[in-house]
Amino acid sequence: MDALSWGQIIARMAMQFLPVWIALVVTFGISIRFKRKLGLYGKLYDSPVGMIGFGMVMFWVFTAFFASMIMTHDPLTQISGMKNVLPGSAQKGTEGAFYLLGGDNLARDVFSRMVAGSRLVIAIAPMATVFAFMVGITLGLPAGYYGGKLDVVLSFAANLILAFPVILLFYLLVTPEIVESGLPQYLGVVLFLFPLIFLTVLLNSRLYVKPQLRNMLVAAVLIVGGWLYLSLLSSPDTKIDLLPAGIDAITLSGNILIVFVSVVFVNAPTVFRIIRGLVLDIKTRDYVAASQTRGEGPWYIMLWEILPNARGPLIVDFCLRIGYTTILLGTLGFFGLGLSPESPDWGSTINAGRRLLSVYVHPAIVPALALMSLVLGLNLLADGLREESLKD
Amino acid sequence: MLWFVLRRLGVMILTAIVLTFVVFVMTNLPPNLEKLAKSEASVRMSDDAVVSWIDKNGYGGPIVGRYAQWLGVAPGWTRTDDDGTIAGRCVESGMSLDNAPRFCGILQGDWGYSTVFKKPVSTVLGNGLAATGWLMFWVMMVMVPTSLILGVLSGMREGSRTDRVLSTFAIASTATPEYVSGVILVALFASATVGISPTLAEWGWISGKTLFMGTATSAMDKITFWNFTLPVMTIALYGIGYIARMTRASMTEVMTAQYIRTARLKGVSFRNVVMKHALRNALIAPFTVIMLQFPWLLNGVVIVETLFNYKGFGWTLVQAAGNNDIELLLACSVVAVFVVLVTQLLSDIGYVFLNPRIRIS
Repeated sequence: MDALSWGQIIARMAMQFLPVWIALVVTFGISIRFKRKLGLYGKLYDSPVGMIGFGMVMFWVFTAFFASMIMTHDPLTQISGMKNVLPGSAQKGTEGAFYLLGGDNLARDVFSRMVAGSRLVIAIAPMATVFAFMVGITLGLPAGYYGGKLDVVLSFAANLILAFPVILLFYLLVTPEIVESGLPQYLGVVLFLFPLIFLTVLLNSRLYVKPQLRNMLVAAVLIVGGWLYLSLLSSPDTKIDLLPAGIDAITLSGNILIVFVSVVFVNAPTVFRIIRGLVLDIKTRDYVAASQTRGEGPWYIMLWEILPNARGPLIVDFCLRIGYTTILLGTLGFFGLGLSPESPDWGSTINAGRRLLSVYVHPAIVPALALMSLVLGLNLLADGLREESLKD
Repeated sequence: MLWFVLRRLGVMILTAIVLTFVVFVMTNLPPNLEKLAKSEASVRMSDDAVVSWIDKNGYGGPIVGRYAQWLGVAPGWTRTDDDGTIAGRCVESGMSLDNAPRFCGILQGDWGYSTVFKKPVSTVLGNGLAATGWLMFWVMMVMVPTSLILGVLSGMREGSRTDRVLSTFAIASTATPEYVSGVILVALFASATVGISPTLAEWGWISGKTLFMGTATSAMDKITFWNFTLPVMTIALYGIGYIARMTRASMTEVMTAQYIRTARLKGVSFRNVVMKHALRNALIAPFTVIMLQFPWLLNGVVIVETLFNYKGFGWTLVQAAGNNDIELLLACSVVAVFVVLVTQLLSDIGYVFLNPRIRIS
């Protein structure tokens, strides 16, 4: 069977991505139809840059979602005779099966690995960013609002972490010896506590006037959150093995938890600094003074007066930060830290492909372009959001 | 001003002490020491032998004490065996206890011995830093002028077509981390099978197989345009976008200021307004950004030196971390932390110095 030409390769890839195209068309169609009722999200469709960025991001989100339909081969299966084959090569012995973007040096399909890799990135990067924001908000609000000694101590700690070059920090946190000592997991114990604290304080500060509703909601948050917290942290055969397997809802394979923790740890101090700066600015406004005079509690003012008014810059930074987290995940993979070597994530694939870069380009350049397009999409989306949020 | 600098210096020293202590603790965890013992003495050591090796070689005892010895503020450990041989942190072979120095830490300039390279850490680190120095120099030479020009050009007339094009380029370059742009650049310019090199070779314009070289190993001996362009461009690209965006923001702000309008209304030409009035004020903010880029460059340097196999500081750091070379990794961390802290200090002082509004208040 002959190899495919570039035109045929592109046509076949477009066919494979069919579910993604349908989902994109539906999303854009519905959103543009109702864009006046959708607030800031709807206004995004007034800015071409924002729309392009959103489209690129959603492309990868849908790719991750429909990954099992898009992949042509299993991302881990090695097929003999397909080592380093060029894009469009036909699979020997099987009619109509092609390695659309070629094979890597272990004879696996580059196209399927790229699609499978999007799953890891789309699952980890936004979640890690959410966690980093929770940590940053919970610590940054009081630091900016109260100031004084608390601010000095927290800012010093944040600057300490920021003074570490990121790669050195990764090497210190993710090497096997450190992982064996359980340090990243203990770090997770501390960091994952912040979303719980955040939600509890958020509900309590607003609903303390209605104790019954408050008690119910806070109890629900603590039970569900606590269960998720424990099942996220505890994994068998490590230092923290608390829950029996039966009720352990989330078991993360390999070192994903450790990668997750270190990415949150690196991002949190920057978020802290941004929040602190915003609070310092907003707390001088009249509406804050008004609620202080009304006798509102400090946490109510921080979470329900200051935080909603800081949302514009925070949403923009959130998009940028997901992109940055994606870059960090790629960096970890590039240095072979954390994730297992055969994992299809983009960083590890680039790392594996770069060894033969001057001869076979395709195994490294496909994930490189994928990563670049996702981060570029996020940056354009942030730019569009900033432009639109400045308009009112 | 003096008080400000002194206070900043104090905070910096405190930060440095805390950070080096953290790194010290994390590189001296029991599993690391066990691995060190097995690689230095014998792989098939019993657990008891490992413990006694660790004790004998000064890795036992409280961590604070060992940190103080490493820093050079506590006397180094010494030990006299039953057969009378003397060993110690500061005792080299052939020395007796009396003529060996009491203190030998990094404050005395004794950085230890690298177990990977079998050389003193100061030699390894010195070579690496010299190589990285050249890389950084060329990156700065490319990055700073390019990004400032791009930023000023696009900020000069906000919303113009030049602005749109340049801003998009800036966004694209900040969205491309070094390990992506490096791979793309190599594919375009340094691959014998794809990119522009095969075409050029066919036309007979280049004598070798590729236009640029895909590795920078030969740049260790002699830096040429052909072996150094790709690594330099890879690092510079990521920074260019960021600095250009900062410059653009600062330039657009300045261009809407009252004194610019006054100058324009007085009849000063656009060119003169930009060159004489706007530029000086617009370049204050990018200065701090450029200084704060140094820590980021450090990241880029590690990635690029690994990718292009250039044996500088970043490559040394990766080797030290990957091979459990405790003393070398500690020394690398000290240098990295020092670079970050000094640039922070310089950018703060420089900002105050450049900006008259802050200087006077």
